[in-house]
Amino acid sequence: MRNAFIDELVSLAEKFDHIALMVGDLGWSVVEPFAERFPDRFINAGIAEQNMAGMAAGMASEGFHVFTYSIANFPTFRCAEQIRNDIDYHNLPVTTVSVGGGLAYGSLGYSHHAVQDYALMRAMPNMLIAAPGDALEVRACLRYLVKHPQPSYLRIGKAGEPVFHESVPDIEPGRWLKVREGKMPHARAVLSTGAALGIALDQADERPVYSLPLWGMKNKGVQGEQMRGFETVTTYEDHLLDGGFGSWLMEATNSQPDLKSRVDVKALNSEVCGAVASQQVLHRLGGLAR
Amino acid sequence: MLVMQNRHPPLNHPDAATLAAHATQIRRLALEMVTSARASHIGSALSAIDILATLYGGVMHYDALNPSAPWRDRFILSKGHACVGVYATLAEFGVIPESLLQEYGQDFSILMHHISHKVPGVEFSTGSLGHGLPFGVGKAMAAKRKGHDWRTFVLLGDGEMAEGSNWEAMLIGRHHQLDNLVAIVDCNNLQSLTTVEATLGIEPLADKIRAFGWHALEVDGHDYEQIQNALARSSARANAPTMIIARTIKGKGVSFMENQVAWHYKSPSPEQLAEALAGLPPSSRNG
Repeated sequence: MRNAFIDELVSLAEKFDHIALMVGDLGWSVVEPFAERFPDRFINAGIAEQNMAGMAAGMASEGFHVFTYSIANFPTFRCAEQIRNDIDYHNLPVTTVSVGGGLAYGSLGYSHHAVQDYALMRAMPNMLIAAPGDALEVRACLRYLVKHPQPSYLRIGKAGEPVFHESVPDIEPGRWLKVREGKMPHARAVLSTGAALGIALDQADERPVYSLPLWGMKNKGVQGEQMRGFETVTTYEDHLLDGGFGSWLMEATNSQPDLKSRVDVKALNSEVCGAVASQQVLHRLGGLAR
Repeated sequence: MLVMQNRHPPLNHPDAATLAAHATQIRRLALEMVTSARASHIGSALSAIDILATLYGGVMHYDALNPSAPWRDRFILSKGHACVGVYATLAEFGVIPESLLQEYGQDFSILMHHISHKVPGVEFSTGSLGHGLPFGVGKAMAAKRKGHDWRTFVLLGDGEMAEGSNWEAMLIGRHHQLDNLVAIVDCNNLQSLTTVEATLGIEPLADKIRAFGWHALEVDGHDYEQIQNALARSSARANAPTMIIARTIKGKGVSFMENQVAWHYKSPSPEQLAEALAGLPPSSRNG
């Protein structure tokens, strides 16, 4: 996903000279193609995330679309108020990019476990969350965000994830993207966001599988109509159960009497994960994967 | 290469008496606003008003009739609680109508109790401290990258300098040689509960600023000529941003508010307003 991100960003920056990339002193062996190609639009903000987010807002207020890039919780929680006040409230085109979403950096310890980021970022009214399920969804998300500049949060894995699409899919905020047809009548469905897509496909059995790479507070209104086709929808996310994607879908639909209790959420257990292990092992430990 | 955008009219060069008259009128408007709205932070506004009058009276390029003109200098109030000082300044210099100030404190007014970008002429909403300077760095960086010649001015409080984000911004401002960025610290030495020095002492501030690679200048923040001279010198400094330490008095201009920490929060009664206005110098407009 990292490589698809930088490759797509470089090709978009070739076309649009208002795209800038700011990194919090991270991205070794990833961001160099952009930095070398567009030195005037690349800034290493150093290990200073609060300033990075505020500075990105300042540049965005003058016509740039700024991508702030760091890993895990550093570009989100460390500067949450700058994202809330400077970027989201002023409705500025800054895309906060976190690499290693979920438990991708499972062995690096709790500091690097980004499993509460949806809860934080989806509480921002203007924020569009972009959580692609594979490298082709990464490209689709970037193309959408550049075409529709707004406060946004791009959460990507690391590298080497499987690819599930055959080409770059067409995506719209709030719209479920079919990844695999079901073999049973469409009574039950699986809906995943972010890099949990692989787990969802693995556990879906004969149910149809959808990915929702673009979602946020503004996209709740179109969930009910999509859910009505199914008796139950099982959601998958590599995030704590609390405040995440499944919670978002329940908020979006539970107030509608005919949709009540149709959502079954698969997420990480509601507890601090004190262990270090590979992503796959921690997913099992957290109750997300088999 | 700089793209000169000299579409702005030449600056005025008002004398101290003219600026003093503006400042008196701004103080009058600010006092009336906080009294009618029963709002806090009048002391914080009064300490900054001579700086604001100097900036808007003849230092910053702007068009009162077109406050978003692309060539304008950008002003950011980082100590957003001093907003009545800016709202009154914008009214005094014709950016917003004076009648709008009467909405301050009313439900749904755009004149929020911390500075709001919904008000014409206001670039950025603040209210949480430590946000203005990083944002200003971003604006200055954008101007450099685009080759524009406008400048960015950020007004901070001295208590606010305890926020680490300011020092992050100072590091990167120096690193990128943002000589189009001027920060002014309103050093009134009073914050929420007590003096700055009794809270988290920041002196010697000038030494700290210089150690971070910025040009540091120190002025009497109520002496218009000193403020003008410092701002003029800031434009002549190359390759580094400038930070001006403005030594001020919290509550300046109202004898019973000066240097009193209570006026960070208290709102004047109608009787106190009358006493405060009576103590201001006679105004050529309303005197």
